[in-house]
Amino acid sequence: MTGFVAVLAATEDIPTPDVDWSAIAPNLILMLGGILLLTVVSVVRGRLPGWFHAVWTISVATAAIVAVVPLWQRVQDSGPESVLAGALVLDGFSLVVTATICVSVILAALLLEAYLRRERLGGPEWYVLMLLSASGGVTMATANDLVVVFIGLEILSVAVYVLAAMHRRRVSSQEAGLKYFVLGAFSSAFLLYGIALTYGATGSTNLSRIQAFLADTVITQNALLLGGLAFMLVGFGFKVAVVPFHNWKPDVYQGSPTPVTAFMATAVTAAAFAALLRVYVTTFGPTYRTEWQPLVAALTVLTLVVGAFLAISQTNVKRMLAYSSINHAGFVLLGVLAASAAGDAATLFYLVAYTFMAAGSFAVVAVVGRRGDGHHDLSDYQGLSRSRPGLALVFTILLLSQAGVPLTAGFLAKFYVLAAAVESGYTWLAVLAMLTAVVSAFMYLRIVVTMYFAEPEGEPRRPRIPAAAGLAMGLCVVGVLVIGIVPGPLSDVANDAVSQLVAVGR
Amino acid sequence: MSNPLSAFLRDYLTVGIFASLAFVLVGLLLFISWLVRPDRRQAQKYIAYESGVDPVGDMWSQSQVRYYIFALLFVMFDVEAVFIFPWATQLEVFGFFGLIEMTIFIVILLLGLVYAWRKGVLRWV
Repeated sequence: MTGFVAVLAATEDIPTPDVDWSAIAPNLILMLGGILLLTVVSVVRGRLPGWFHAVWTISVATAAIVAVVPLWQRVQDSGPESVLAGALVLDGFSLVVTATICVSVILAALLLEAYLRRERLGGPEWYVLMLLSASGGVTMATANDLVVVFIGLEILSVAVYVLAAMHRRRVSSQEAGLKYFVLGAFSSAFLLYGIALTYGATGSTNLSRIQAFLADTVITQNALLLGGLAFMLVGFGFKVAVVPFHNWKPDVYQGSPTPVTAFMATAVTAAAFAALLRVYVTTFGPTYRTEWQPLVAALTVLTLVVGAFLAISQTNVKRMLAYSSINHAGFVLLGVLAASAAGDAATLFYLVAYTFMAAGSFAVVAVVGRRGDGHHDLSDYQGLSRSRPGLALVFTILLLSQAGVPLTAGFLAKFYVLAAAVESGYTWLAVLAMLTAVVSAFMYLRIVVTMYFAEPEGEPRRPRIPAAAGLAMGLCVVGVLVIGIVPGPLSDVANDAVSQLVAVGR
Repeated sequence: MSNPLSAFLRDYLTVGIFASLAFVLVGLLLFISWLVRPDRRQAQKYIAYESGVDPVGDMWSQSQVRYYIFALLFVMFDVEAVFIFPWATQLEVFGFFGLIEMTIFIVILLLGLVYAWRKGVLRWV
């Protein structure tokens, strides 16, 4: 009873965090942009034209990128900062991932505009969900607390579950949405359980406090912490589709509307890898590296091999690209495994390069898919070099980049990741990765050969290329070639964008 | 006892004992009542109880799903209440900052309601 009275009497203010609004501006812009778009369409009478939503989304994402630039300067001048009482961290790494997510929003919005027009679907909901999902991804990339990582993951995922099922008339789209939802919910539970165990072992969910605690204290009984690390790895593994947890990926990528697939392959992957890197390399890297590295090495081997070999046995181009993205995830994981500054920079470089490669490839797939989004078989690409030479050329460049041919972004991305792995003593894994790259190159070349040398059955079809989709493809090809030929600026940015944790007060 | 992990797990032993006690107690009560009660089966005892309706037709019949959207909206405001009640009891503690936070939260939810309203969800078809 006395305790109860004491609680009632204690009306002193709890400390409320100082909010540095400019530091969270990119995230706020994305979130407010999404909410405002929803409000505008519900307040305005009559239907707004379809292009309005796309233009709005692209402007919002561009504004978020513009907001990143001064923050980047600030971080380069005065070092990383912790924001919102240690819940978020402002460092170069999070800012580059933020910009990457915004770029993928722009590319996906361009694709979506053309796609919705062709499929006679409409509505602002696609764009609203995409913006909200992107803000979740940014939250994940900037999170400095395991609980914030989880909140970001949920905001990101829940919107994407709905997006995957948004094509009302395609049963496979609904199937993809349901499959993604069930497995995603499952993986969230794993992640949450891992977070709970980690909290139990270290007494905090704040990443900087965990790092400081582990640096000061030697835990004699670390079963709880190891369990937490393993469970969180499963949770993140599901999101980025690392091999034992990859089964959803081909089905979901194939069933989802193609622009949504492009968004998933770029933004969702980038955000999940950013969080994975920050938790494992930055937080647990200094003290627990030797514990998690064998685990991640095993996952990397499986991811590289299974991704490459299952890709060559597919006949559906969308599924091929899904499996090849698993192989790419293996390469990114190699950068995480290196657990060094070079590894961080290589991971970041790979994520940026892959954003352009994947978004561009899925743009071609969306166009060739024609109305109904169903013509994704390899035979639908026969004779494309004659009916649409430009489209075939674009796809060839993007596929060669994915295969890692010199003068494209994919080559340097693979090179940096392998170099970082070798530097950290994983030479055997780097050799294995190169071998799987050869295997997947066969798959990419198979598509190219089909486009250029296979005789089409019947008359060759000329898929329509809408302006917006053409623009997206152009941007991707330019991105891939510019990064491939002049890699200096991006690799400088990636090298400056170190992932750091800032000590929090108290 | 010196081991902190086993001390931690020992706390769960209490939970385990209580859980098994609950099962034993329920089982015991059911067993005693089965032992004591008379058992006279009649046809009337197997029909729907009191105002229950007699089942007619196939059980795989289609049902009206227009309630699901109200259920969704209900969940939305239910969750809102979950956050508002604890805040309301500690209003003075959280002060002006808490008021702003809660206003932002409610406004975002309200915008969702406005959207649902404009979509015609609230109209009974």
